[in-house]
Amino acid sequence: MDEILDILEKDCRTSAEDIAKMTNRKVDEVKKAIKKYEKEGAILKYKAVINKDLVRDNESEVRALIEVNIVPQKDLGFEKIAERIYSFPEVTSCYLISGTYDLLVVIEGKNLHTVSNFVAEKLSCLENVRGTATHFLLKKYKEDGVILKHKSENKRIAISY
Amino acid sequence: MRISKVVETMQPSGIRAFFDLVLGMKDVISLGVGEPDFVTPWQIREAGIYSLEQGFTSYTSNKGLYKLRLGIQRYLKNKYGLDYCPDEEILITVGVSEGLDLVLRSIINPGDKILIPQPSYVSYGPVTELAGGVPVYIDTSKNDFKITPKLLEKHIDKKTKGIVLNYPTNPTGVSYRKKELEEINKVLIKNKVLCISDEVYADLTYDFEHVAFPSLPKAKSNTVYFNGFSKSYAMTGWRIGFACGPKEIIAAMNKIHQYTIMCVPITSQMAASEALVSGKRSVEEMKREYNRRREFMVTELNSLGLKCFRPQGAFYVFPSIKNTGLSSMDFSRKLLEEEKVAVVPGTAFGAGAEGYIRMSYASSLDNLKEALVRIKRFLRKRENNAG
Repeated sequence: MDEILDILEKDCRTSAEDIAKMTNRKVDEVKKAIKKYEKEGAILKYKAVINKDLVRDNESEVRALIEVNIVPQKDLGFEKIAERIYSFPEVTSCYLISGTYDLLVVIEGKNLHTVSNFVAEKLSCLENVRGTATHFLLKKYKEDGVILKHKSENKRIAISY
Repeated sequence: MRISKVVETMQPSGIRAFFDLVLGMKDVISLGVGEPDFVTPWQIREAGIYSLEQGFTSYTSNKGLYKLRLGIQRYLKNKYGLDYCPDEEILITVGVSEGLDLVLRSIINPGDKILIPQPSYVSYGPVTELAGGVPVYIDTSKNDFKITPKLLEKHIDKKTKGIVLNYPTNPTGVSYRKKELEEINKVLIKNKVLCISDEVYADLTYDFEHVAFPSLPKAKSNTVYFNGFSKSYAMTGWRIGFACGPKEIIAAMNKIHQYTIMCVPITSQMAASEALVSGKRSVEEMKREYNRRREFMVTELNSLGLKCFRPQGAFYVFPSIKNTGLSSMDFSRKLLEEEKVAVVPGTAFGAGAEGYIRMSYASSLDNLKEALVRIKRFLRKRENNAG
């Protein structure tokens, strides 16, 4: 993978100027490359990883992982039905998986009620959905490679040879 | 007088005072640290914890766990095509520091000379003196901080027993290409000068492949090779390294080692074994990160007007501060007092390094940036005062 992408994936705030310095390239060259990645869709979005446990507001949310068993369609396989499912705004992630189930769907809702409503009223009654198993998320320890804990302080001594 | 003459006359007080100043100060951004800012990769820490759970709390053989020596043998074979016998030619030591002490004590007869290219890591000279030897410092500051065959020949005489070579070099980050090493090797072999090669930063070489000194033609029988886990696997606190060399030297070193250290703590040895098995990816990741910071620092320092060459390895930059008109020590002290940024004055690493400072980029990019902002302010203030 291009170093530019690697740097942005770690910290998307890194400016083109800094990336240029870090990779020994010209700023214009870096800017151009980033534009190209954005246009092609290799870079889809820039976002912050937020530890919502530390955000004090009333809009707490519930997350659930739902295993979905579906009947694949002739010629289309899982694509069409997957699209119908991942298009719901409640769905934050959707994966085709191997094993007992076909799709792993991650959904987010305001509370237990909204999540179960979604499963009962939207998901389960889709024509090709044969069955679901819902797992509510109790605690997040690590997400997208980030451990959701306060950064521990530096334990090195301030100066050494 | 209770203290021996050798110890009493040993080494500087000035630097110590500066170090104490840094350690006593709060909220300092420190670029003065000689160790990685990463924590030991988890799988290595986990191996240490697991070994404790399993009850591995005993001594090991003096030379170190066989499986670790075997791991080292394989590692060197794969990486450099070097073949050391795990039974007779490899010794596990408490960091490279212990290994260096052992080899110097093993080879030095009173009055023997040891060549030390400077600027250099701080222990080489004092440890030579403790072993009864005479350190001969070679100032490399006029040769881009590199030792050359010419410089070498100039300093070799009948009493010269060995040379401590360290590359990539702490504090300059300088390293050598194969051709340069071959030339050095020829001089050493011709003059029967033992090469003591401290290659602890080997895995952090950025612009070309690192060449292990003993892998050069005819060099193996004339070299004691040192490496460790501290820098590449971020394992400084585990205190573990290793020495490889001709069996009579390793046997001599092991004699001292068995009476002084006995063996390296088993937990560290177990963790180090794991590092060799699964640590490669972590090393690569850390190296990539260091490399970016290196490029960043070199560009930024030069644009601030502190002339800085591009080091090839380790995690240090070694900019010149000569155009500020300050000595290394004054620059470092003032920068600390006025802007709370800690660096190490070049003079800590030998007299030839006056006019330079060592800055470690083993620190997060955010820290490096903030430090540079402060250094910029510091420099502007001086310019304004001068103007």
